[in-house]
Amino acid sequence: MIVAKRKPFNEIKSLLKDYKKVLNVGCGTCVAVCLAGGEKEVAVLNAELDMARKLEDNPVEMGAITVERQCDREYLEALDSLVNGYDALLSMACGAGIQFLAERYPEKPVLPAVDTTFIGVNQGVGWYEERCRSCSSCVLGLTGGICPVTMCAKGLYNGPCGGTNKGNCEIDKNQPCAWYMIYERLKAQNRLDCILEITPPSDWQNQIPRTVIQPGYKKPEKV
Amino acid sequence: MRLDYPANIKIIRVPCTGKVDLMYLLSAIQKGADGVYVVGCLEGSCHYKEGNFKARQRVEQARALLEEVGLEGDRVRMYNLSSGEGPTFAAYAKEMTEHIKALGPNPLK
Repeated sequence: MIVAKRKPFNEIKSLLKDYKKVLNVGCGTCVAVCLAGGEKEVAVLNAELDMARKLEDNPVEMGAITVERQCDREYLEALDSLVNGYDALLSMACGAGIQFLAERYPEKPVLPAVDTTFIGVNQGVGWYEERCRSCSSCVLGLTGGICPVTMCAKGLYNGPCGGTNKGNCEIDKNQPCAWYMIYERLKAQNRLDCILEITPPSDWQNQIPRTVIQPGYKKPEKV
Repeated sequence: MRLDYPANIKIIRVPCTGKVDLMYLLSAIQKGADGVYVVGCLEGSCHYKEGNFKARQRVEQARALLEEVGLEGDRVRMYNLSSGEGPTFAAYAKEMTEHIKALGPNPLK
Protein backbone atom coordinates (compact mmCIF):
# COMPACT_ATOMS: atom_id res chain seq x y z
CA MET A 1 0.00 0.00 0.00
CA ILE A 2 0.95 3.66 -0.25
CA VAL A 3 2.16 4.86 3.13
CA ALA A 4 1.82 8.47 4.21
CA LYS A 5 2.60 10.45 7.32
CA ARG A 6 0.58 13.35 8.60
CA LYS A 7 2.28 16.70 8.17
CA PRO A 8 3.33 18.56 11.33
CA PHE A 9 0.29 20.26 12.85
CA ASN A 10 1.77 23.76 12.60
CA GLU A 11 2.41 23.31 8.89
CA ILE A 12 -1.22 22.30 8.29
CA LYS A 13 -2.45 25.17 10.46
CA SER A 14 -0.31 27.59 8.53
CA LEU A 15 -1.62 26.30 5.16
CA LEU A 16 -5.18 26.96 6.37
CA LYS A 17 -4.63 30.27 8.11
CA ASP A 18 -6.51 32.38 5.56
CA TYR A 19 -9.58 30.14 5.27
CA LYS A 20 -12.68 30.18 7.46
CA LYS A 21 -14.52 27.15 6.14
CA VAL A 22 -12.55 24.10 5.13
CA LEU A 23 -13.64 20.65 4.01
CA ASN A 24 -11.26 17.95 5.22
CA VAL A 25 -11.42 15.06 2.74
CA GLY A 26 -10.13 11.72 3.98
CA CYS A 27 -9.36 8.70 1.83
CA GLY A 28 -10.64 5.27 2.81
CA THR A 29 -7.99 3.12 1.14
CA CYS A 30 -4.18 3.15 1.59
CA VAL A 31 -3.89 6.14 3.95
CA ALA A 32 -6.75 4.80 6.08
CA VAL A 33 -4.98 1.45 6.45
CA CYS A 34 -1.70 3.12 7.42
CA LEU A 35 -3.53 5.31 9.95
CA ALA A 36 -2.62 8.62 8.31
CA GLY A 37 -5.71 9.92 6.51
CA GLY A 38 -8.83 7.83 7.05
CA GLU A 39 -12.10 8.79 8.72
CA LYS A 40 -10.62 8.72 12.20
CA GLU A 41 -7.59 10.80 11.33
CA VAL A 42 -9.91 13.36 9.69
CA ALA A 43 -11.88 13.60 12.95
CA VAL A 44 -8.73 13.99 15.07
CA LEU A 45 -7.22 16.65 12.81
CA ASN A 46 -10.50 18.57 12.65
CA ALA A 47 -10.77 18.56 16.44
CA GLU A 48 -7.21 19.85 16.72
CA LEU A 49 -7.72 22.59 14.14
CA ASP A 50 -11.01 23.62 15.71
CA MET A 51 -9.38 23.97 19.14
CA ALA A 52 -6.22 25.70 17.89
CA ARG A 53 -8.12 28.28 15.84
CA LYS A 54 -10.53 29.01 18.71
CA LEU A 55 -7.56 29.66 20.96
CA GLU A 56 -6.25 32.12 18.38
CA ASP A 57 -9.62 33.89 18.15
CA ASN A 58 -9.80 33.01 14.48
CA PRO A 59 -12.33 30.17 14.38
CA VAL A 60 -12.53 27.83 11.43
CA GLU A 61 -15.48 25.68 10.44
CA MET A 62 -14.18 22.23 9.55
CA GLY A 63 -16.26 19.87 7.43
CA ALA A 64 -15.45 16.17 7.23
CA ILE A 65 -15.97 13.52 4.60
CA THR A 66 -14.04 10.38 3.78
CA VAL A 67 -14.40 8.91 0.32
CA GLU A 68 -13.51 5.35 -0.60
CA ARG A 69 -10.62 6.46 -2.84
CA GLN A 70 -9.56 9.94 -3.90
CA CYS A 71 -7.66 8.52 -6.88
CA ASP A 72 -10.88 7.29 -8.46
CA ARG A 73 -13.31 9.62 -10.26
CA GLU A 74 -16.40 7.68 -9.32
CA TYR A 75 -15.80 8.29 -5.61
CA LEU A 76 -15.02 12.00 -6.03
CA GLU A 77 -18.48 12.58 -7.44
CA ALA A 78 -19.84 12.50 -3.91
CA LEU A 79 -18.01 15.78 -3.25
CA ASP A 80 -19.46 17.74 -6.18
CA SER A 81 -22.45 19.03 -4.24
CA LEU A 82 -20.35 19.90 -1.16
CA VAL A 83 -17.26 21.80 -2.29
CA ASN A 84 -19.00 25.03 -3.20
CA GLY A 85 -19.85 25.61 0.42
CA TYR A 86 -16.16 25.73 1.42
CA ASP A 87 -13.28 28.20 0.97
CA ALA A 88 -10.69 25.45 0.61
CA LEU A 89 -10.25 21.68 0.61
CA LEU A 90 -7.79 19.86 2.85
CA SER A 91 -6.89 16.41 1.59
CA MET A 92 -5.56 13.59 3.72
CA ALA A 93 -5.03 11.32 0.70
CA CYS A 94 -1.70 10.44 -0.92
CA GLY A 95 -0.14 12.78 -3.45
CA ALA A 96 -2.08 11.14 -6.27
CA GLY A 97 -5.41 11.64 -4.51
CA ILE A 98 -4.62 15.24 -3.63
CA GLN A 99 -3.79 16.03 -7.27
CA PHE A 100 -6.89 14.28 -8.55
CA LEU A 101 -9.00 16.33 -6.16
CA ALA A 102 -7.27 19.55 -7.25
CA GLU A 103 -7.83 18.59 -10.90
CA ARG A 104 -11.55 18.08 -10.33
CA TYR A 105 -12.01 21.39 -8.48
CA PRO A 106 -9.47 23.72 -10.14
CA GLU A 107 -11.14 26.83 -8.73
CA LYS A 108 -10.64 25.69 -5.11
CA PRO A 109 -7.40 25.72 -3.17
CA VAL A 110 -6.62 22.06 -2.39
CA LEU A 111 -4.08 21.67 0.41
CA PRO A 112 -2.21 18.57 1.58
CA ALA A 113 -2.42 17.33 5.16
CA VAL A 114 -0.05 14.37 4.71
CA ASP A 115 3.36 13.69 3.24
CA THR A 116 3.23 10.65 0.95
CA THR A 117 6.20 8.57 1.93
CA PHE A 118 6.54 5.20 0.20
CA ILE A 119 5.01 1.96 -1.03
CA GLY A 120 5.38 -0.41 1.86
CA VAL A 121 4.25 -3.25 4.04
CA ASN A 122 2.49 -3.43 7.37
CA GLN A 123 4.90 -4.83 9.98
CA GLY A 124 2.57 -4.19 12.92
CA VAL A 125 -0.15 -1.73 13.95
CA GLY A 126 1.23 1.69 13.05
CA TRP A 127 4.56 0.29 11.83
CA TYR A 128 5.32 0.33 8.11
CA GLU A 129 8.41 -0.32 6.04
CA GLU A 130 9.28 0.59 2.49
CA ARG A 131 9.55 -2.24 -0.02
CA CYS A 132 9.00 -0.81 -3.52
CA ARG A 133 10.12 2.29 -5.45
CA SER A 134 7.84 1.56 -8.44
CA CYS A 135 10.83 1.58 -10.80
CA SER A 136 8.80 0.02 -13.66
CA SER A 137 11.34 -2.75 -14.26
CA CYS A 138 10.91 -5.37 -11.57
CA VAL A 139 13.83 -7.73 -10.97
CA LEU A 140 12.38 -9.61 -8.00
CA GLY A 141 12.37 -12.81 -10.07
CA LEU A 142 16.17 -12.71 -10.18
CA THR A 143 16.79 -11.43 -6.66
CA GLY A 144 14.96 -13.94 -4.49
CA GLY A 145 12.05 -11.58 -3.89
CA ILE A 146 14.21 -8.85 -2.33
CA CYS A 147 14.17 -5.50 -4.14
CA PRO A 148 17.68 -4.12 -4.64
CA VAL A 149 16.34 -0.76 -5.83
CA THR A 150 14.58 -0.18 -2.50
CA MET A 151 16.64 -2.20 -0.03
CA CYS A 152 20.14 -1.39 -1.32
CA ALA A 153 21.31 2.09 -0.29
CA LYS A 154 22.70 2.60 -3.78
CA GLY A 155 19.69 1.08 -5.52
CA LEU A 156 21.96 -1.22 -7.50
CA TYR A 157 20.36 -3.52 -10.06
CA ASN A 158 23.59 -5.53 -10.08
CA GLY A 159 25.44 -6.21 -6.88
CA PRO A 160 26.86 -6.46 -4.36
CA CYS A 161 29.19 -3.47 -4.53
CA GLY A 162 32.54 -3.24 -2.78
CA GLY A 163 30.88 -1.67 0.26
CA THR A 164 29.20 -4.83 1.51
CA ASN A 165 30.59 -5.59 4.96
CA LYS A 166 29.76 -8.86 6.73
CA GLY A 167 26.06 -8.60 5.90
CA ASN A 168 25.78 -4.85 6.40
CA CYS A 169 26.10 -1.81 4.20
CA GLU A 170 29.04 0.55 4.28
CA ILE A 171 26.75 3.52 4.93
CA ASP A 172 25.68 2.23 8.35
CA LYS A 173 26.43 -0.90 10.33
CA ASN A 174 22.74 -1.19 11.18
CA GLN A 175 21.72 -1.12 7.53
CA PRO A 176 21.59 -4.66 6.11
CA CYS A 177 23.22 -5.16 2.72
CA ALA A 178 20.41 -5.97 0.30
CA TRP A 179 22.72 -7.87 -2.02
CA TYR A 180 24.02 -9.98 0.88
CA MET A 181 20.39 -10.87 1.73
CA ILE A 182 19.75 -11.64 -1.95
CA TYR A 183 22.83 -13.90 -2.04
CA GLU A 184 21.78 -15.75 1.11
CA ARG A 185 18.25 -16.30 -0.14
CA LEU A 186 19.26 -17.42 -3.63
CA LYS A 187 21.84 -19.77 -2.09
CA ALA A 188 19.16 -21.31 0.16
CA GLN A 189 16.96 -21.79 -2.91
CA ASN A 190 19.84 -23.20 -4.94
CA ARG A 191 19.38 -20.43 -7.51
CA LEU A 192 22.71 -18.62 -7.22
CA ASP A 193 23.04 -18.54 -11.02
CA CYS A 194 20.39 -15.76 -10.99
CA ILE A 195 22.81 -13.34 -9.34
CA LEU A 196 25.09 -13.58 -12.37
CA GLU A 197 22.45 -12.20 -14.73
CA ILE A 198 23.15 -8.59 -15.57
CA THR A 199 20.21 -6.20 -15.49
CA PRO A 200 20.57 -3.05 -17.62
CA PRO A 201 20.38 0.19 -15.64
CA SER A 202 17.03 1.92 -15.36
CA ASP A 203 16.68 5.20 -17.19
CA TRP A 204 15.86 7.29 -14.15
CA GLN A 205 16.61 10.60 -15.81
CA ASN A 206 14.11 12.57 -17.87
CA GLN A 207 11.19 10.72 -16.33
CA ILE A 208 7.77 11.89 -17.31
CA PRO A 209 4.55 10.80 -15.58
CA ARG A 210 3.91 7.20 -16.55
CA THR A 211 0.65 5.85 -17.89
CA VAL A 212 -0.56 2.26 -17.78
CA ILE A 213 -3.30 0.92 -19.99
CA GLN A 214 -4.02 -2.71 -19.18
CA PRO A 215 -4.41 -5.29 -21.94
CA GLY A 216 -7.94 -5.36 -23.28
CA TYR A 217 -8.53 -1.70 -22.43
CA LYS A 218 -7.87 1.53 -24.24
CA LYS A 219 -7.71 5.16 -23.29
CA PRO A 220 -11.09 6.77 -24.02
CA GLU A 221 -10.98 9.70 -26.42
CA LYS A 222 -13.02 11.82 -24.04
CA VAL A 223 -13.24 11.47 -20.26
CA MET B 1 -17.90 2.75 52.23
CA ARG B 2 -19.80 6.02 51.72
CA LEU B 3 -16.71 7.78 50.50
CA ASP B 4 -16.80 11.41 49.43
CA TYR B 5 -15.29 12.58 46.19
CA PRO B 6 -15.73 15.89 44.32
CA ALA B 7 -19.20 16.32 42.84
CA ASN B 8 -17.94 18.05 39.69
CA ILE B 9 -16.71 14.75 38.24
CA LYS B 10 -18.91 13.10 35.64
CA ILE B 11 -18.29 9.41 35.29
CA ILE B 12 -18.57 7.82 31.86
CA ARG B 13 -18.56 4.04 32.11
CA VAL B 14 -16.84 1.90 29.53
CA PRO B 15 -16.54 -1.89 29.54
CA CYS B 16 -12.72 -1.62 29.57
CA THR B 17 -10.40 1.39 29.25
CA GLY B 18 -9.31 -0.20 25.97
CA LYS B 19 -12.65 1.13 24.64
CA VAL B 20 -11.54 4.73 25.24
CA ASP B 21 -10.87 6.21 21.84
CA LEU B 22 -8.55 9.15 21.28
CA MET B 23 -11.54 11.13 20.00
CA TYR B 24 -13.41 10.63 23.31
CA LEU B 25 -10.59 12.44 25.09
CA LEU B 26 -10.19 15.19 22.48
CA SER B 27 -13.94 15.77 22.12
CA ALA B 28 -14.33 16.23 25.87
CA ILE B 29 -11.74 19.00 25.89
CA GLN B 30 -13.04 20.44 22.60
CA LYS B 31 -16.52 20.68 24.13
CA GLY B 32 -15.20 22.52 27.16
CA ALA B 33 -14.36 19.95 29.84
CA ASP B 34 -11.61 21.33 32.10
CA GLY B 35 -9.93 17.95 32.31
CA VAL B 36 -10.40 14.27 31.55
CA TYR B 37 -8.89 11.33 33.33
CA VAL B 38 -9.09 7.68 32.53
CA VAL B 39 -9.20 5.23 35.44
CA GLY B 40 -8.11 1.79 34.36
CA CYS B 41 -7.27 -1.47 36.07
CA LEU B 42 -3.79 -1.99 37.44
CA GLU B 43 -1.21 -2.61 34.75
CA GLY B 44 -0.83 -6.34 34.26
CA SER B 45 -4.36 -7.00 35.56
CA CYS B 46 -6.40 -6.27 32.44
CA HIS B 47 -9.06 -8.91 31.86
CA TYR B 48 -8.55 -8.29 28.14
CA LYS B 49 -4.77 -8.40 28.58
CA GLU B 50 -3.80 -5.00 27.22
CA GLY B 51 -6.85 -2.70 27.31
CA ASN B 52 -5.33 -0.41 29.95
CA PHE B 53 -2.02 -0.23 28.05
CA LYS B 54 -3.89 0.83 24.93
CA ALA B 55 -5.72 3.46 26.98
CA ARG B 56 -2.42 4.76 28.36
CA GLN B 57 -1.03 5.10 24.83
CA ARG B 58 -4.12 7.05 23.77
CA VAL B 59 -3.89 9.27 26.83
CA GLU B 60 -0.26 10.00 25.94
CA GLN B 61 -1.28 10.76 22.36
CA ALA B 62 -4.08 13.07 23.50
CA ARG B 63 -1.66 14.91 25.79
CA ALA B 64 0.79 15.41 22.93
CA LEU B 65 -1.94 16.62 20.56
CA LEU B 66 -3.27 19.12 23.11
CA GLU B 67 0.22 20.54 23.61
CA GLU B 68 0.48 20.91 19.82
CA VAL B 69 -2.81 22.78 19.76
CA GLY B 70 -1.70 25.16 22.52
CA LEU B 71 -3.52 23.66 25.51
CA GLU B 72 -2.01 22.00 28.58
CA GLY B 73 -1.51 18.28 27.85
CA ASP B 74 -1.77 17.68 31.57
CA ARG B 75 -5.52 18.27 31.36
CA VAL B 76 -5.66 14.59 30.38
CA ARG B 77 -4.32 11.96 32.73
CA MET B 78 -4.42 8.22 33.33
CA TYR B 79 -4.77 6.55 36.72
CA ASN B 80 -4.72 2.86 37.58
CA LEU B 81 -6.35 1.02 40.46
CA SER B 82 -8.08 -2.26 41.16
CA SER B 83 -11.86 -2.44 41.38
CA GLY B 84 -11.55 -3.12 45.13
CA GLU B 85 -9.82 0.20 45.82
CA GLY B 86 -12.69 2.58 46.52
CA PRO B 87 -10.62 4.88 48.76
CA THR B 88 -7.95 5.17 46.03
CA PHE B 89 -10.67 6.08 43.49
CA ALA B 90 -11.84 8.89 45.77
CA ALA B 91 -8.24 9.99 46.37
CA TYR B 92 -7.53 10.15 42.61
CA ALA B 93 -10.76 12.13 42.08
CA LYS B 94 -9.63 14.68 44.64
CA GLU B 95 -6.11 14.80 43.22
CA MET B 96 -7.36 15.36 39.66
CA THR B 97 -9.83 18.04 40.77
CA GLU B 98 -7.14 19.95 42.67
CA HIS B 99 -4.74 19.58 39.76
CA ILE B 100 -7.30 20.96 37.27
CA LYS B 101 -8.25 23.78 39.62
CA ALA B 102 -4.58 24.77 39.70
CA LEU B 103 -4.50 24.77 35.86
CA GLY B 104 -7.63 26.92 35.68
CA PRO B 105 -10.67 26.58 33.42
CA ASN B 106 -10.52 25.29 29.86
CA PRO B 107 -9.85 28.37 27.69
CA LEU B 108 -12.11 26.95 24.96
CA LYS B 109 -15.22 27.49 27.10
